[in-house]
Amino acid sequence: MKNLFLFLYRNNYTIIFILIEILCLTLIIRNNNFQNASAFNSSNKIVGAVMEVVNYVNEYIDLKATNKNVVQENARLRSLLPDAYYESNILKNTVNDTLRHKQYSFFVAKVINNSMTRRNNYLTLDKGALQGVKPEMGVITSQGVVGIVKNVSWHYCTVMSMLHKDMRISAKFKNNNYFGSLAWEGSDPTIAVLKDIAKHVVFQKGDTVVTTSYSAVFPENILIGTVAGADIKPGENFYSIQIKLSTNFSNLTYVYVVDNMLKSEQRKLEDETVNNDH
Amino acid sequence: MITDILILLLRFIALVGLQVTILNNIQLSGYINPYLYVLFILLLPVKFPKIPAMVFAFFIGLTIDMFTNTMGIHAGASVFMAYARPVVLKIFSPRDGYETDATPNIKDLGLQWWLAYSSVLVLIHHFALFYLEAFRLSEFFSTFMRVLLSGASTLILILITQFLFGKSKKER
Repeated sequence: MKNLFLFLYRNNYTIIFILIEILCLTLIIRNNNFQNASAFNSSNKIVGAVMEVVNYVNEYIDLKATNKNVVQENARLRSLLPDAYYESNILKNTVNDTLRHKQYSFFVAKVINNSMTRRNNYLTLDKGALQGVKPEMGVITSQGVVGIVKNVSWHYCTVMSMLHKDMRISAKFKNNNYFGSLAWEGSDPTIAVLKDIAKHVVFQKGDTVVTTSYSAVFPENILIGTVAGADIKPGENFYSIQIKLSTNFSNLTYVYVVDNMLKSEQRKLEDETVNNDH
Repeated sequence: MITDILILLLRFIALVGLQVTILNNIQLSGYINPYLYVLFILLLPVKFPKIPAMVFAFFIGLTIDMFTNTMGIHAGASVFMAYARPVVLKIFSPRDGYETDATPNIKDLGLQWWLAYSSVLVLIHHFALFYLEAFRLSEFFSTFMRVLLSGASTLILILITQFLFGKSKKER
């Protein structure tokens, strides 16, 4: 017993080192869990405030590119306005539409912190629980998919970027609807890899890849990117396809948070179905 | 004594400020990201007690983590670096030992000594950091590239900072 205490006393430096490292590992593992609200991240109030100041400066630098995007987006939306269509039928349809329910609503948020050089990248947005942001909402821009909301505080939320090792997005080809799962391999922030596309599927370089509605996070047909190349290992049945991401993560300024109003219903039904099997 | 603590505190704030406002926004080719804040641990006095050094390292790492949403990664790597520091100091100690109040800096101990000391510790820190971040061995070589490239950029920044602000004990 005495020897044990002596050992502990002599090696107290190493023992404290091991204890602190265990604490750090616990933090890392806790943070890796999706939806684990933790006070120590940039949804924290002080950190968020500092980031807002930093972003205030960055915003001026990116102003030109942002303006261009806004103008393009405006032009696109303007072309969707009823005024932009030629009215060909004289009888106007005034029947209340009960066949179509609104499923998705979008609200705009400003990116106040962003990274793309790390293996696991996050964004911080200036909208939080007060504005109705909830974990697992999708985040998109006019260019394409950005990520999924992870933590929410009252005024801020953090978003797990597409450029994260745990990110999986259900994606499909726009022209033939074959779907697979999209992940980021970690080196190039403009390229992601689409897997699980079977060998018989025909596609070309430049084909458009869009989201599916399977995950209930993103609306269907949101642009993800275009096919940049593909390879298949001998003896395997599935392609691994390089996708050039359409979102430019290096100048994100304003993004849209997507609220799927029917998500809980879809999830509940799917969970019940799975549980019935067991 | 009080001024020593004040200097440590100011250095802490300055390095964290520089790291989170400017350096974290530098994005070069997806691999390179300098982490200058490790200079805080490098510059602790040679005879600084070991356990407080690890606690300081933990807190500076944790502060950086808060700003980058990487809970525990920087803290873990910094503590590892602080743990290895006494060993590295011992290996590179001059023939007649350090002075009792020596602080590691380029003017007192020379460029060659400083390069050896800082490059070993920065590599230790970046190794821990990037492998904790990847958290898997399947990307061993691409992570290794990140360690080397980011390590080189950190070292260059550390050298510049030392040439600009490094003061020897006598000048103070």
